[in-house]
Amino acid sequence: MEGLSVSDANLVVYIHPSQSKNVSQAILRELSSLLFKYNETFDGVVLAYAVNSLDKQARILSGVHPYFGVRLKANLLLFSPKPNMLLEGKVVKLMRESIHVIVLGFSSAVIVDEDIRDEFKYKSKRGEAKYVSRSHKRHAIKVGTTIRFSVKSLDEEILHISGSLIPAHTGSVSWLDGDGGNPTTESSKKRKQPDGETEVQELGIAGGDTCSVNNDQKIKKSKKRRNAE
Amino acid sequence: MGVEMAYQYNGEFQEMEDVNFSDSELVCHVRDALISVQTGDSDSYHQLVGVMHHSERLAPDEVALLVTSLKALSGAVSYIDNVHHDSLLNSIFGMSLWKYGPDVMDALLELIIALAASNGKYVDSCLDMLVSNFMPPMYLVYTLKQPRGQAKKEQVLSRVHTALEDIVDLIPMAASRLSSVVVHRMPTTFKKDLEKDHLMYRTEIYVENILRLESGAIREFVGSRMLMAVVDLLTELDVAIGWDDILRDDSCKGIFAIELEDADEVDDDENDYGELPRTLNHKSLGKNIVADLLDSLMVLTFEHLESCANNKRLGEVFETLLDSFMLTILNTYKSKFAQFVMFYACALDPEKCGVKFAKTLADRFSCSDNPVTRMSAVAYLASYLARAKFLSPAFVASTLKRLVDWCLEYCETQGSDMNPKAHRVFYSGCQAIMYVLCFRMKSLMDVPRFKSQLLLMPLEPVLKHKLDPLKVCLPSIVEEFLKQAKAAYLFTTSETFIFEDMLESDFSKDFGGLERLDMFFPFDPCLLKKSDRGYIRPNFVYWKHVRTTYGSDEDDSSDADIAEDFVAENGESSMEEGRTGSLDEQYLELDEFDHAMNKMSITPKNGFTYRFGGEQMKMPSRIRPSTTPESL
Repeated sequence: MEGLSVSDANLVVYIHPSQSKNVSQAILRELSSLLFKYNETFDGVVLAYAVNSLDKQARILSGVHPYFGVRLKANLLLFSPKPNMLLEGKVVKLMRESIHVIVLGFSSAVIVDEDIRDEFKYKSKRGEAKYVSRSHKRHAIKVGTTIRFSVKSLDEEILHISGSLIPAHTGSVSWLDGDGGNPTTESSKKRKQPDGETEVQELGIAGGDTCSVNNDQKIKKSKKRRNAE
Repeated sequence: MGVEMAYQYNGEFQEMEDVNFSDSELVCHVRDALISVQTGDSDSYHQLVGVMHHSERLAPDEVALLVTSLKALSGAVSYIDNVHHDSLLNSIFGMSLWKYGPDVMDALLELIIALAASNGKYVDSCLDMLVSNFMPPMYLVYTLKQPRGQAKKEQVLSRVHTALEDIVDLIPMAASRLSSVVVHRMPTTFKKDLEKDHLMYRTEIYVENILRLESGAIREFVGSRMLMAVVDLLTELDVAIGWDDILRDDSCKGIFAIELEDADEVDDDENDYGELPRTLNHKSLGKNIVADLLDSLMVLTFEHLESCANNKRLGEVFETLLDSFMLTILNTYKSKFAQFVMFYACALDPEKCGVKFAKTLADRFSCSDNPVTRMSAVAYLASYLARAKFLSPAFVASTLKRLVDWCLEYCETQGSDMNPKAHRVFYSGCQAIMYVLCFRMKSLMDVPRFKSQLLLMPLEPVLKHKLDPLKVCLPSIVEEFLKQAKAAYLFTTSETFIFEDMLESDFSKDFGGLERLDMFFPFDPCLLKKSDRGYIRPNFVYWKHVRTTYGSDEDDSSDADIAEDFVAENGESSMEEGRTGSLDEQYLELDEFDHAMNKMSITPKNGFTYRFGGEQMKMPSRIRPSTTPESL
């Protein structure tokens, strides 16, 4: 999944004089107020932060409010989806007209039917709706499936993504990473795939250095696993 | 399907053909209509907008058309553009669920959910539309008050809340928007030009909805903000009542009368007119409506707390309540009613919440920066410890001990003489100790364990310190305390205090400051009728029922008839209330309860007459000074 990055930020946090007794708490509160909001400066949504070093000196701002500024360095985990990036998310609702997805548990995405490539056909059986690939019967998208899709646009205010399933390398993650790569060996890998995926996702969130988690890497990874077996 | 039925009855062949459209064909048709607007051909689009405006007394075929259009629109939401289809969006967001039957409601909500999920731009408008449907339109209010109206209300509200939950499921970030929308849409307290009855009912329904959100599936995201919004609203109404204003004109009447009758009865009752200055009657009439509204909202909140307690989630709710209390109510100037929400929450779970509340207040008193906050915290604490029937003597004793220890520590660091302003926090602490002991001394002294605990408390070094709290604190409290302490051999002073029935002294005014925190007893009897009777009263210690250390053995006969009169009067007044107020069974039960209370109160009445002699009408007023006219 793309769109996740860790950046080193040099920040100045302005603190109200009433908080001067407990500066570190005030800093954390200030940083927490950045979370899950789109920030133009970072060009992304801050998902997590870690304060690395704190300047011992603070500077009092002249002016009406005697706020004081504290310099600090922090690592920020940013989520900044850009058009044509590939994201992954879980399908929460599926209708003929649209597929609704939640990415990373907080950002919503919608893929409308024009943005679903013709390969997929809508089917509804016994109340269970799904999109099934015409060429690969096993490639299906239904509620609960994790899919990979490309970004069309992002509404920054409410973190709403408009997505697309037009590119060929989009669709159900478990199928793309499993059967899609090697159609002959299906059943055995299917079970393993979810593990690999969560691992990668965790890496993306927790790991410090990886700038983005590349799809290819991930596919390689799963291939390695397969080979090892 | 409804469509088919309707058209078949019409019997027109042309429309029969329409019936054969499948759902997806309809969607295509609507999509074409939406797209064609951009190319300049907007006939079918305008037809569509026209359909949305059908609202009055729909015929079955109109209903069918509306439902079909809404459903088709839900399939075509991605084609709706906020620039070109402004009129359509406006008419959709302007629709009121209350006007329609279940079919239309379901279709409309499906469309709203689809719209919200289709584009981030519409989320706010969709939430706004749903929240505005919390309240029925004005003209429906009377219908809704009838039993069949209840079914309609439930029909609408359950759907609205399900829709909100669905939206949050699809768009997690909508939850944070939702709480802002709810707070923003909160009805403002009063507009005179509106019919008050309507407005009251609408505000009540709105609060009901907020509380429903608080207990619903998305409470995790919005719950605490919702609860805070309710507390804020209560505080706002509370402040709007201005009780002190009403009482200022009332000095001739005496506070005792107010404690006996419910105060709002004084306002309501036409017969009392002669006794009250004309202006007062006019003034209080307007304010009384706010009090009624506040009363109903408090009852709603109490019921909500009860349901939380039943669902075993009072603990989490209490955390929010406590935060909210500390943030707003604690620092509200002489809040009169809103604090009873805390009182009731504590009453529902004395062991956890009740104890926690007192501990938090004590913490705030002993380690906070702002002296005014500390003083009001200790005023709350004193009043709470005195009035809460559900607190165990052991806990009262241990909290007292904590206060005394703090005061002792303070004394030891101070070498100076009496100075009400400089040591106001200390004086408020001392007054709190004495006030609590006025109410609790007898019950503590009756148990040997607590008796020894009390006797061991370093009261003497504190009260006889050079800072001289006995001279500074409210004379009425000091006097009562000294009387009881002497009878209990707890504490005696060689100095004689002559208070001449003074309620307050210059010193007490000094340390109370502008806010008159020396006279602040937040949990004095609640004057809101419904909240008091059903919820607060059973958990509340009234002064007239307090057993004092000196009064219990008294066997007085001379004042017995006065005491009886008192009982009769009280009984009668409550009977009257029952009749005039409503014929509700609940009230009748409460009247019985009143009688029972009167029967129980023989002992305190002895004490009370003993103390006041002929002036029995004045005495309780002294011990509950916060509502006296002088308190301004």
